[in-house]
Amino acid sequence: MTKKKLTQNPLFLPLVCVVLVLAVNVVYDIAQGNAFYDFFRITMQASASGEQLLSGRLVTILNRGSEVAILAIGMTLVVSASAGTDISVGSVMSLCASFCCMLGAGFGVSAVNDPSEFAMPLIVGLIGALVMGCVCGAFNGALVAYLNIQPMVATLILWSAARAIGLLLCNNLIVYVRVPQYQVFGGYIGFMPTPIIIAAICIVVVSLVLKHTAMGMYIQSVGINKKASRIAGLNSKRIIFMCYLLCGLCAGIAGIVNSSRISSADANNIGLNMELDAILAVALGGNSLGGGKFNLAGSIIGAYTIQAITTTMYNLGVSSAVAPVFKAVVVIVIVVIQAPPVKAWVRKHAASRSTGKEAAHA
Amino acid sequence: MKKIFALALAAAMSLSLVACGGGGNTSTPSTSGSQPAGSNPAVSTPADPNGDGTVLVGFAQVGHESDWRTASTKSAQDVFSAANGYELSFVDCDNDPAKQLEAVRSFIQQGMDYIIIDPIVATGWDTVLTECDEAGIPVIIIDRTVDDSDKYVAWVGSDFKVEGLACGEWLKAFAADKGIAEINALVIEGSVGASATIGRTDGFKEIADREGWTILDSQSGDFTEAGGQEVMESFCQSYKGQFNVVICQNDNEAAGAMTAMDNAGITYGVGGDVILVSFDANKPYVQMVCDGKINANFECNPMAAPTVDEIIKTLQAGGTPEKEVYVSEHWFAAEDNVTSITVNGEQQEVIHATQEVVDGRPY
Repeated sequence: MTKKKLTQNPLFLPLVCVVLVLAVNVVYDIAQGNAFYDFFRITMQASASGEQLLSGRLVTILNRGSEVAILAIGMTLVVSASAGTDISVGSVMSLCASFCCMLGAGFGVSAVNDPSEFAMPLIVGLIGALVMGCVCGAFNGALVAYLNIQPMVATLILWSAARAIGLLLCNNLIVYVRVPQYQVFGGYIGFMPTPIIIAAICIVVVSLVLKHTAMGMYIQSVGINKKASRIAGLNSKRIIFMCYLLCGLCAGIAGIVNSSRISSADANNIGLNMELDAILAVALGGNSLGGGKFNLAGSIIGAYTIQAITTTMYNLGVSSAVAPVFKAVVVIVIVVIQAPPVKAWVRKHAASRSTGKEAAHA
Repeated sequence: MKKIFALALAAAMSLSLVACGGGGNTSTPSTSGSQPAGSNPAVSTPADPNGDGTVLVGFAQVGHESDWRTASTKSAQDVFSAANGYELSFVDCDNDPAKQLEAVRSFIQQGMDYIIIDPIVATGWDTVLTECDEAGIPVIIIDRTVDDSDKYVAWVGSDFKVEGLACGEWLKAFAADKGIAEINALVIEGSVGASATIGRTDGFKEIADREGWTILDSQSGDFTEAGGQEVMESFCQSYKGQFNVVICQNDNEAAGAMTAMDNAGITYGVGGDVILVSFDANKPYVQMVCDGKINANFECNPMAAPTVDEIIKTLQAGGTPEKEVYVSEHWFAAEDNVTSITVNGEQQEVIHATQEVVDGRPY
């Protein structure tokens, strides 16, 4: 009875997938003659400046997966409410990071190496980046919700334009902001990597809002049937708009984290192809890209699964040239495991086996 | 509804045009070099006070994606200036191959004396280069290569394999001087398939194989700081205490690797546990060599224009230039224990990066 309940939990398959990916490392470590738990070992490590920092492969997965996890929050809501994806998040990340560094450094300045060189206080840049994220999200939201443009077409605009605007803001330079106050967002607070903390805060806040208000239900109902929801008294358009706005805000946060890691705004490369990872995270989390019911926790697990695959590739020492092929194979396996016909087949198989067992008992 | 849709699309198109513009127009650069591209699309009459014939040069540049590219553009604008008897038509092709073909065709129509191309893609050039050939305009290719046509007079660029070989030879001499018996290297490669990645990897590997060094692992960092950081973070976990050399195939990756090693408590550079080597030698990173954070940096020289200038002068004098010309490149080291190395049987200088050297760097 408990087993049945467990397997029917929507999080069961995403969790199985991430465990499978991690299990590959255990097998590898045993084959290499290392302790089987080597991959999971978490240690404190002294940095060059003498601070004790959390280190280990699991920490790397949580740390490096933060951006995709943050993006996956917004993407899940967008997919649920509008049955479409926001493909602009990667470019918006780049734009927000560029805007943040540009405000801090001043236009046309390519490097800030000391807080005294700031053109504007850092906080202005950070808030500016978040506002820029919201503006981009609102732009996408307005096109989708109020003008009824296909989400992919609407977000295609910023997908191509946002990165270019970011380049313009940075005057085609990589803007370096090499000051500790900015580096902290991609670095460490105490022993803890900051991106993990930021991602955790985002996840907790959004989960609480969804749990303690009717917002989650509203979004799902709009996604399942927009017209019926409107007739039932929901402002469908505003709900869709809000989802895109939140998605833009998430992209802004992810952009700050990503640019802070390298303490610079590299407009050409920040968030490159990350929108695809975010969409994949939603899919790996067992969510339908057709909208409607969603499972936020699934998407988050999906995001960390993607990073787990990447980290595993590094751990196994798979050459960069062939790594994408291995990644593709893993993704195919995960998606197939979660495909409805396969699920149905497994269920049928399990059912026939259990009835067989019962017959044998009788 | 349809009208609004159309309006939105039009707005979007103009938005992306604004975003992508700014560098695409043909313009004659002012001698000060500060004039923004695109502000003066009109071609002014050449300053030709002596009446001895200004040389018209058209340059179809890749784009403006990196500091390296900016240096390459500036080099061309400085060399092909009115003061040197040239008039340069510069087109920034924004990494768009179609735009580049169009630019070259417009150069033919404008009757340029010479055309310089930094080809965005290696193929698809035969037709347009034949057109140049028929128009009697010599074409000089710089930096990247053209694979499907030989209708150009010369190619000027870097020999990436020599850069890799130089790196290996320097490391050998450095290790011998410091009494380091065993080399265990980690390589952070550039983008998979890029000619710089292939050349630098091959060159270094050739020396490593010859000397019996161990290359523990080699992964791509995509020529970016974020990539270098992530790869190095993983290397630190896999090979902590096992490596003593890190080779980064460009400066940005080296910056990322430094952050990762800082966090892992691994010291590098002069007096550190790990010998850190980088390629490209942009000015901020030559400064880091001077500061002792990077042990050695191997230049990839973007200043092809002076060499092109020589080729044009040869052609003007009726001579035949060599088909492949390599630009001269410099090797920088943080310490002065190795002053010269032998690459391919040729004696080459290793420059000790002092503050004076850094200040004298043009890019």
